[in-house]
Amino acid sequence: MRAFELESVEAIDQAVSHRRVHDGEAFIAGGTTLLDLVKLDVMQPEKVVDVTRLPLKRIETLEDGRLKIGALVSNTELAKHEIVLRDYPVLSEALLSGASTGLRNMASTGGNVMQRTRCPYFRDPDMPCNKREPGTGCSALDGINRNHAVLGTSEHCIATHPSDMCVGMVAAGATLVLEGPDGQREVAFEDYHLLPGDHPEREHDLKPGELITHVILDTPRGGGQHYLKLRDRASYEFALASCAAIVSLDGDNVSEVRVALGGVATKPWRATAAEEALKGQPATQENFERAADAAFTDAVAYSHNGYKITLGKQAIARALRDATARARA
Amino acid sequence: MAPVIRHSTGVGFCTPGAQAETAEQPTAASGKHSSETRRITLTVNGRQHDLQVAPNAVLLDVLREQLNLFGTKKGCDHGQCGACTVHVNGRSVNSCLMLACMQEGAEIVTIEGLAESAGFELGHHPVQDAFLAHDAYQCGYCTAGQMMTAAAIINDDSIDGDEVSLREAMSGNICRCGAYKNILDAVQSARGQMRGGE
Ligand SMILES: Cc1cc2nc3c(=O)[nH]c(=O)nc-3n(C[C@H](O)[C@H](O)[C@H](O)COP(=O)(O)OP(=O)(O)OC[C@H]3O[C@@H](n4cnc5c(N)ncnc54)[C@H](O)[C@@H]3O)c2cc1C
Ligand code: SF4
Ligand code: FES
Ligand code: FES
Repeated sequence: MRAFELESVEAIDQAVSHRRVHDGEAFIAGGTTLLDLVKLDVMQPEKVVDVTRLPLKRIETLEDGRLKIGALVSNTELAKHEIVLRDYPVLSEALLSGASTGLRNMASTGGNVMQRTRCPYFRDPDMPCNKREPGTGCSALDGINRNHAVLGTSEHCIATHPSDMCVGMVAAGATLVLEGPDGQREVAFEDYHLLPGDHPEREHDLKPGELITHVILDTPRGGGQHYLKLRDRASYEFALASCAAIVSLDGDNVSEVRVALGGVATKPWRATAAEEALKGQPATQENFERAADAAFTDAVAYSHNGYKITLGKQAIARALRDATARARA
Repeated sequence: MAPVIRHSTGVGFCTPGAQAETAEQPTAASGKHSSETRRITLTVNGRQHDLQVAPNAVLLDVLREQLNLFGTKKGCDHGQCGACTVHVNGRSVNSCLMLACMQEGAEIVTIEGLAESAGFELGHHPVQDAFLAHDAYQCGYCTAGQMMTAAAIINDDSIDGDEVSLREAMSGNICRCGAYKNILDAVQSARGQMRGGE
């Protein structure tokens, strides 16, 4: 692994001070993305800033009923927190479907939001990749793209966003709190990750020197919730297609619904078209399938990933079915 | 202090004693950024060790190459196999993806200290006995990691004892020999023994 300097910070203003505003510095929390990618020489920080001593380890309910999660809360702790289990089960299920026991113990909430794609060409510095090295081309377009995205792609990058947690957060609704040298700001979770477009190297709305301090979940949506993850093996594997669904019923009709997708899109994906197709309609399997079709109207398949359109639709229909069953229970 | 050895794998060159040395870094980008080793104290298996460690040294390499604790294995070096699992503050973690310098003040337990740390002085931890009794290994390379995860999840009240839950909780430990069935039997039997078979 390449050499780097290591600095430990004790206070947030130390972490985000102006002198950090240059590339070549990277925060480290759990280290499970950063060290993996530094070992591969994909990330090349000259300096690593240890933020694990910052006071960002709490989960607290705000006066308005929203849930504020510190960026350093581990994936395990968040998934098993009693309020998350009770009010945001879709998020708990999403977290527990990711990685492994040991990695979830290490992984932080902020680091999970910032994890990088698992595109094998991105992870191999010898291969052209627009995300890693802008302008070099995308090896996946004409390469092996079985694991790549069918939604939100561009001619410059078709890599999926790998996070399960983020999909649960998009469904639950959330806001990111960012602290930078020029103060604090908030960004809607859905707007935080960027589509690849012409600039796949720009992955999110985090300015140089900024730190994610918290994720605030919307007030609980109630209803029935479910996260369904489909993959090559039953555990310790990234999603080929996943769906986070939250369904509220009014009698037999769907009164409110949230649908978010993982494994099929270039960012944690809110399937608004599916929601619109289902809202106000009877909660029937036929309508779930219609909603699933709507989510993939604009999908573009590449040489090896056409199956993801079918798989993604099935993930939606099944997640809606199971969330509805829970709403009825 | 435990015996300390020099190593030359390029992951962090560490020396015993107090004198700081610049780490040997074959892949270092340039000379302008310091990669000087620093002095840290790690608590491993109940003992404190003063070490000179490079900033980029991962815990796994320090355990093996500086503390001669060879029980913890390097399978993939990327979080994908679980062979490097140790306990940090009672939780199972992948020591290949954590910086040693960030573990000051933490309680680290490796397979060598598992029995003693759980109060089974000189003997085996029930998980170790169960692995023996169930023949839960073939080549043995993944075994230490399997046992460290097993010992942690058995103590975790949030992980149920049914087969599906245990399989899921153990899934971060890959066994290339495919000894999974016996591993699971061993974990279940150790769990029954330690938790009174509830
Ligand atoms: C083998 C393996 C399997 C995995 N499987 C899954 C899976 O199935 N599903 C899934 O969702 N994930 C999976 N993961 C990814 C894992 O969830 C992420 O690596 C983890 O969540 C990252 O969190 P961290 O704290 O370790 O991040 P770090 O590695 O510490 O940081 C990651 C990035 O975020 C930046 N960063 C960290 N904290 C902050 C902050 N507060 N503000 C701003 N920037 C910050 C760092 O600079 C770095 O660039 C897997 C990982 C591995 C290695
Ligand atoms: S899909 Fe994106 S990340 Fe993968 S090679 Fe193409 S540009 Fe790089
Ligand atoms: S060596 Fe750490 S997970 Fe494989
Ligand atoms: S016993 Fe050989 S890898 Fe598990």
